[in-house]
Amino acid sequence: MRKLIALTFVALAATSVVAQSLDSARDKQKPASLRTPDGKPDLQGIWSNATITPLERPQNVTNLVLSQEEATRMERATLERRERLNQPSDPDRPAPPKGGDGSTGAAGNVGGYNNFWLDPGERVAVVDGQRRSSLIIDPPNGRIPALTDAARARQGARLKMMAGRGQYDHPEFRPLAERCLLSFGPTTPLVPNYFYNNNIQIVQTPDHVMILMEMVHDARIVRLNATTHLPKHIRPWMGDSIGRWEGDTLVVDTTNFPPQQNFRGASENLHVVERFRRVDANTINYRFTVDDPTTFTAPFSGEIPFRAMDELIYEYACHEGNYALSNVLSGARNEEKRLGTKQEKQ
Amino acid sequence: VSAFSQSEETIISPRISRDCAVALLAAVAVAAGFWAAAPAETQTARPARVAGKPNLNGIWQALNTANYDILSHSAKAALAFRPGPVVPVPATAVVAFGAVGAVPAGVGIVEGDEIPYLPEAKKKQLENQANWLDRDPEIKCYLPGVPRANYMPFPFQILHSDKAVFFAYEYAGAVRNVYLKDPGPAPVDSWMGQSVGTWEGDTFVVTVTGFNDQSWFDRAGNHHSDQLKVVERYTPQGPDHLWYEATIEDPQTFSKPWKIRMPLYRHINPNARLNQFKCVEFVEELMYGKFRKTP
Repeated sequence: MRKLIALTFVALAATSVVAQSLDSARDKQKPASLRTPDGKPDLQGIWSNATITPLERPQNVTNLVLSQEEATRMERATLERRERLNQPSDPDRPAPPKGGDGSTGAAGNVGGYNNFWLDPGERVAVVDGQRRSSLIIDPPNGRIPALTDAARARQGARLKMMAGRGQYDHPEFRPLAERCLLSFGPTTPLVPNYFYNNNIQIVQTPDHVMILMEMVHDARIVRLNATTHLPKHIRPWMGDSIGRWEGDTLVVDTTNFPPQQNFRGASENLHVVERFRRVDANTINYRFTVDDPTTFTAPFSGEIPFRAMDELIYEYACHEGNYALSNVLSGARNEEKRLGTKQEKQ
Repeated sequence: VSAFSQSEETIISPRISRDCAVALLAAVAVAAGFWAAAPAETQTARPARVAGKPNLNGIWQALNTANYDILSHSAKAALAFRPGPVVPVPATAVVAFGAVGAVPAGVGIVEGDEIPYLPEAKKKQLENQANWLDRDPEIKCYLPGVPRANYMPFPFQILHSDKAVFFAYEYAGAVRNVYLKDPGPAPVDSWMGQSVGTWEGDTFVVTVTGFNDQSWFDRAGNHHSDQLKVVERYTPQGPDHLWYEATIEDPQTFSKPWKIRMPLYRHINPNARLNQFKCVEFVEELMYGKFRKTP
């Protein structure tokens, strides 16, 4: 985390920074007080949910729990890879070939972000002392259940809608994150994006719990003083969250998602239940259950450790510097014009 | 109760600024009737203090027209004009709004009703005002900056605990985490600045620095440089009112510091909540419509 990072995800213009560590922020929390003055577990602070444990268990892994050797191997491989990718670039390297170099991921195809800009986590997720091979714990195979016929039909309809249309035809065809509407990772539930800015701030009062996602300065305000959700036609981004304490666990129930926010293909019927449990000075155990009978053939649940950070969260102003969205759209229009002119000449 | 909720709804409508006088009168009337008739419907008991300090928790809103112009101003037909054959008339781009696009009058929030601009900066303000449609960051849903965020015609929620004071604004989903321990100079400029809070008795004093030079004070083109420093003072006046004052300093733009002040009112509706106004989506047609494949 040390060298983090001015981060701009669509353009080098957005101005979020998780900056260098600051001495004053380094002071450790006093472990004596893990409860608020009104006796509730204290979830406040700045947390990271970054981890190298994937959401879904790889097909070739059978056990949820990794041995210490397996976990060490994964973490070492991550560090070695990072070391390798952090080597200085050859200043004399040629331009990528026309059409791209075939690479994928963050530095996609013609080169983009190099490793310096990324912060996908470096540790295996440890929950209740277990090193985990997947964040999903239920179903037992650690994988998201199959889609329902209805969900597949929706996907088919979407493909049909796009037939004959280009992905750069309209801003609405671009992903929500490119439009600076939301983070490109899931926002509810708080699943890491395996890329960067997996930083979360929690502020807690007797009536409300505020969960800030650094990206895109999105504060989800959980109402503890409400028992019913908003009317069905009101569908805020990130959904409508109401919460309650069950013993020492904060339970947050979220519905009213907008249909565009289709977490893993979910519909507007998505229902997410989150459980926050403060387990020690440096850790919240976060458990989530996702249910949407119109999308998934079964509900699924996962667990993620949130680890206390000793760094501050800075402003992630995305839209204000979003030159990329106009550029990809106007680039596509220019390309059409160029191809059109060429055809006329022939 | 239903009669109450209806009138409450009128009061807390986020776009009330132009009706503020009426709303205020109604608020007094409704609040009076409310306490008398329906105590069971009040918000959950609200402790007077949090960790020994006045409780700032709540959903707050300014009721004035400062977002149009922080100085005193008369009502006028529009924010953008063209010369017109006889007198200036609303610019073509806004004429369709009719009375909805008109500007309500206001008494102003600036102490002494004068902003001590340096000559060049005054020129820039007039240019900004003349080019409001192209230049006002609010039109593009950019983050509002401070102090403008506090008197936009939208509420904001303060989350105040023993460990944190956090401002969540309805407009553009802007946020401010007020550091209660000074982390030192801001490492990078930002739209909302870096806020550091301390208590002076029962007044919460927030010093905001680290701004970029992009935000404005209002729709009248009042502006600042990245040397802006805002010292805000939030002083409770009873459970439902905060007296807000801010001292504005920016030696690149102003010849001396100046002050704004206004009350902030707490939403007392039992159902009060911060709604969402994520306007980034709403300005896509304005900003990117010209790049569509088909209109």
